[in-house]
Amino acid sequence: MGRFIFRRVLGLFPILLVVFTMSFILMRAAPGGPFDAEKPVPAEVKRNLERQYHMREPWCEARFLPALQEPGLSTEAERQIRAEHAGASRIEQLCTGVFQYGWMLSNYVRGDFGPSYKYKDRSVNEFIRSGLPVTMQLGLVAVCFALLIGLGAGLIAAIKQNEWQDHASMGAALLGISVPNFVLGPVLIFIFSLTLLWLPPARWDGWQYMILPGFTLGSVYAAYIARLTRGGMLEVVRQDYIRTARAKGLSEKLVILRHAMRGGMLPVVSYLGPALAGLFTGSIVIERIFNIPGMGRYFIDAALNRDITLAMAVVVVNAVFLLVANLVVDVVLGLLDPRVRYE
Amino acid sequence: MSTDVIQPRPPLLEVDEPLEEIEGTSLWQDAWRRLRKNRMAVASAGILLFVVLFCVFGPWFVGYSFEEQNLAYGAQGASGAHWFGTDLHGRDLLVRTMYGGRISLLVGLCATAVSLTIGVSYGAISGYFGGRLDSMMMRIVDILYTIPFMFVVILFLVLFGRSLVMLFVALGAVSWLTMARIVRGQVLSLKQSEFIDAARASGVGHFGIIFRHLVPNALGPIIVYTTLTIPRVMLEEAFLSYLGLGVQPPMASWGLLVSDGANAMTFFPHMLLFPGAVLTLTLFALNFLGDGLRDALDPRMRS
Repeated sequence: MGRFIFRRVLGLFPILLVVFTMSFILMRAAPGGPFDAEKPVPAEVKRNLERQYHMREPWCEARFLPALQEPGLSTEAERQIRAEHAGASRIEQLCTGVFQYGWMLSNYVRGDFGPSYKYKDRSVNEFIRSGLPVTMQLGLVAVCFALLIGLGAGLIAAIKQNEWQDHASMGAALLGISVPNFVLGPVLIFIFSLTLLWLPPARWDGWQYMILPGFTLGSVYAAYIARLTRGGMLEVVRQDYIRTARAKGLSEKLVILRHAMRGGMLPVVSYLGPALAGLFTGSIVIERIFNIPGMGRYFIDAALNRDITLAMAVVVVNAVFLLVANLVVDVVLGLLDPRVRYE
Repeated sequence: MSTDVIQPRPPLLEVDEPLEEIEGTSLWQDAWRRLRKNRMAVASAGILLFVVLFCVFGPWFVGYSFEEQNLAYGAQGASGAHWFGTDLHGRDLLVRTMYGGRISLLVGLCATAVSLTIGVSYGAISGYFGGRLDSMMMRIVDILYTIPFMFVVILFLVLFGRSLVMLFVALGAVSWLTMARIVRGQVLSLKQSEFIDAARASGVGHFGIIFRHLVPNALGPIIVYTTLTIPRVMLEEAFLSYLGLGVQPPMASWGLLVSDGANAMTFFPHMLLFPGAVLTLTLFALNFLGDGLRDALDPRMRS
């Protein structure tokens, strides 16, 4: 068990490296720099800015395109030099990219995500420190809703198989899967916030602010969990050990809750790992609808502002969470199911 | 070999009247019969057919264009002239919903086609060759499963332009993983069959065996999962359009219309209601049909 966890943790690092590299390449390959869109700054200032962010490496310039090092070079002149020496320019860019990759990677390893491109007085770490707890609270509320509703509906459907309760739960589940959360969210706001005035429509200041977004985000997962619970329970109820439990004279309630649940939950548990990926993705749109200052909101704002350092950090931090969550799910699966062997 | 060696065997029993012909039922006929008995699935297929006709041919029968603005008639509720009402710019919402549906359905189909191509090829190759290649390819799929892809897709779309083709490719490229797993599983069990040995013995190459013999025999699960992929991809497209990363105005897609509607719903709830309802109905029908197909084509998978 200890060895299994240790090996899995070791296995996380190459995956994280892949995620990091993928988003780094996206960032480097993107046309246009982060300092292009704003009002033009003097060429010298821009060069210094780019040096500070390691988007410009004096060593690479000196080695492959020394003409760029001439003091007082204007942006226009640089463009001309690059056009004339396209080959050398490409090599210089590649060299700079390698340097920047190493610089950013070593910073990431130390947990320093660098400054934000857009808000130069704030570091990416500050954004993540303020956004991550909010998103995690939202995710937690959503998972609670999903488990509560999903397990309940699934159990009822399994116990009352082929009766109206079963059809009603499964129809509702299919509806839950089909209603997009960005339709459900505004509709719930319209009903509970704007018409009934029961719950606040936006922001994140206390428990009553969590109900609508949590439910909206969790509804899809509640639906999937209900279907998985029903399927899992129906599968398990036919097993011999359930017959044994019944033969011992246990009450039906105990048979279901203590014996069948444990086996019937396996599909649900293994579903929770991948579901977390969807939860993070869903929180992008939920945080936008309900104006919640979480990671998803920062991410989409950063992407639209081309604040790539922030966007990249959000991707990597999310990947860390997903991988750890998947690992936890695998361990729990092993604890629940004696047939699972850790290799 | 001379032809006279094999003689047709004389019939064992001479009958004057031909026996009543026994009709065999193929797997597909069987599935079709089961599907037809599932009333909800049939109703879903009907709804889908209607939605497709509504989106493809509907605009010809409505006297407005999707970009024609009429600010004097901004954001009116449903009426005889505008069945779905109008949006903030006075554009007819019915026609915009139809146009949006064209885009959404197109993205759903194309991106699913991309994911189908990648997933089937990947899974079939992995399962067919087996061994170390298989375990390596499946390990890659496991790893890809744990990467938060929508984030990467969003970054990609923001940085490299928001065109329709990009949308197809980006969505297709990230939704083939489950298909690959399903096809691999099918191929693994199918490749032991005699007809594969026969094909190999008669000199069919690897490529021919995979795509002419193995894949057609795995068609059932492939069809089922494809039907279930379409609503997922459409949902993702709507999600991206909702965030402003899909098609750009004045074009419309269902996600974009829902986003506009959500912004205006305080005063004009009809702008959220109609596109949202059509989108939900379509996804619901697709999911129901997918479930029905699964029950019909693969009774063992029935949950």
